[in-house]
Amino acid sequence: MTMTASPKDPMLPRQFRIDKVRRELSDTFTMELTPDAKAGFVFKPGQFNMLYVFGVGEVPISISGDPGDRTKVVHTTRAVGAVTRAMDALKSGDTVGVRGPFGTAWPVEAAYGQDIVFVAGGVGLAPLRPAIYHAMANRERFGKVVVLYGARTPEDILFRAEVEKWRGRFDMDVLVTVDRATGKWGGNVGVVTNLVGRGGFDPLHTTAFVCGPEVMMRFVAAALEKKGVDRSSIWVSMERNMKCGCGLCGHCQWGPHFVCKDGPVFRYDRVADMFQVREL
Amino acid sequence: MPGVDTPASAATVFDLDGLAALVTALKSKGYRVIGPRVADDAVVYDDIDDVRDLPAGIGDEQAGGRYRLRKRGDSAVFGYTVSPQGWKRHLFPPRQKLFAARRSATGFEVLPPDPAPPPFAFIGVRACELAAMAVQAKVFGDKDYADPGYQGRLKDAFVVAVECGEAGDLCFCASMGTGPAVKAGYDVKLVELAGKDGPRFIATAGTARGEKMLGKLKAAKAADGDLKAAADRVAKAAKKMGRKMETATSARLKEFSEHPRWDQVAARCMTCGNCTMVCPTCFCTTVEDVTDLKGDNAERWRMWDSCFSVEFSYIHGGPIRSEARSRYRQWITHKLSTWFDQFGTAGCVGCGRCIAWCPVGIDITEEVAAIHESLKGRK
Repeated sequence: MTMTASPKDPMLPRQFRIDKVRRELSDTFTMELTPDAKAGFVFKPGQFNMLYVFGVGEVPISISGDPGDRTKVVHTTRAVGAVTRAMDALKSGDTVGVRGPFGTAWPVEAAYGQDIVFVAGGVGLAPLRPAIYHAMANRERFGKVVVLYGARTPEDILFRAEVEKWRGRFDMDVLVTVDRATGKWGGNVGVVTNLVGRGGFDPLHTTAFVCGPEVMMRFVAAALEKKGVDRSSIWVSMERNMKCGCGLCGHCQWGPHFVCKDGPVFRYDRVADMFQVREL
Repeated sequence: MPGVDTPASAATVFDLDGLAALVTALKSKGYRVIGPRVADDAVVYDDIDDVRDLPAGIGDEQAGGRYRLRKRGDSAVFGYTVSPQGWKRHLFPPRQKLFAARRSATGFEVLPPDPAPPPFAFIGVRACELAAMAVQAKVFGDKDYADPGYQGRLKDAFVVAVECGEAGDLCFCASMGTGPAVKAGYDVKLVELAGKDGPRFIATAGTARGEKMLGKLKAAKAADGDLKAAADRVAKAAKKMGRKMETATSARLKEFSEHPRWDQVAARCMTCGNCTMVCPTCFCTTVEDVTDLKGDNAERWRMWDSCFSVEFSYIHGGPIRSEARSRYRQWITHKLSTWFDQFGTAGCVGCGRCIAWCPVGIDITEEVAAIHESLKGRK
């Protein structure tokens, strides 16, 4: 037998330098990482990385940057646990461990020639942003580009300056709503599902990408269906506990699926039944 | 573990001295020899120095929530059913270091891995246990994300299988289609027969390296009578299985996520996770990060985990499976049903360990039988 190079160990991280850190919300921050390889970092919209903080631990975080830019890897994270809080304390020049990209992608190509509708709830906008970037970079390939976004309060609107810029464009329809108005908010109040009801897209020729809390995705999918969008044209992104990101640790199982490698992006008609089962 | 079964060479026969010579030959080849021996009132698979360590004359009694050793009244060395823990703990250790890293001027660097330990030689692997190795080989052999450590250990392991001549009270390999006959995945297959001066072994090689190893031993050609006795023993064992799985229903469990039986079993299940710890195919793991006091050196460890813990499914906001009902349902549905979707096979090999080591004696075959019965008369 000839000697071959030892097989790649998917559990070993690469080391990426933090180039920039930006505060987004009181508990949410964005890191721009510089890949360790000259070739840069290639990913598809909707995929995620496992990010390792030296000595603390590892968490799955979706990629929120532009898939057209290989020179950086962008992650937007909410600090809610030990690892994400430690990550929040890192600064430009520090290093994080990166494994990935893992998981399935928003099938942006499947929406070519159609209206493309993004429905996001809360930090669910982060995993959708790469697909929105793709749609805007390939604007001529789509009919309408619609972004429907719901946040808890006006202070919780993620990427606010960017969302406002999108709203100002003539080739993009952007609606924002908040659960609870605060301060001088004069915009929509109510759940994001209400925005789906308003339409502004051709349901028979629409592909919808939905990301947010599970209950929100279930109601949004129902509202889209009610509008006439077929189940097979709706895509959702799931969140589960993950320790490995590549189907080895077993934690993320959802029915027959490993959310890490069969998902996180699923076609809704293939998982709609499982949404109805409690604690699956 | 050999991937492909090669045609068996002519069977030979030797006694305990022959087996001792085999152990010696494996050791001199650099193998770490693991076999059955008695420790802590159980038969365990651990390092053996020579055949005197084997559990001569020891059998076991197993029932729901019960495991006891017994004296067999003969000198059989493979006269027990299965060890509480299978070979999994050697091929897929309960704790494994993923990597060590050191803080550096620019962040941290991952240190080179520890040198690989010597390969294993396993003595006394049952048919159901070979099947379990084949199941885990699929789990850790994904085309994109394989576990190179597991694959290396399995490929390098020298496997001496021992065919069962008796079935235990909790055995159901026959209905799972994994035994009791040893058919593939071994280097050497043994059948133990009682002789007037102690046990004798009918040996066949399953691979070229197995044949080479057997060639070093002084052995006679097996007589037709011995071959027939060996075949009769395994045929008898197949008919005496203590348990039976309703496989047509077990494979469909994912269709019955709202079955009332889940509440019934949840009232008994203590969610202790024993079943997952003794299962030879359960593969779930968690990770642990450790550092030295100064925080300059860190290690990541991968450890066995259980889908019966609340933390297992935790995401921000709370666990997905907070109730015992959902956790038991997840375990048995995965094991018997969704495993097919993932790996093209059941995750259960019919060894019965989860029944013996459940503190309240929950019986995987009985739970499936209850659902099976409830389906009668409905489509």
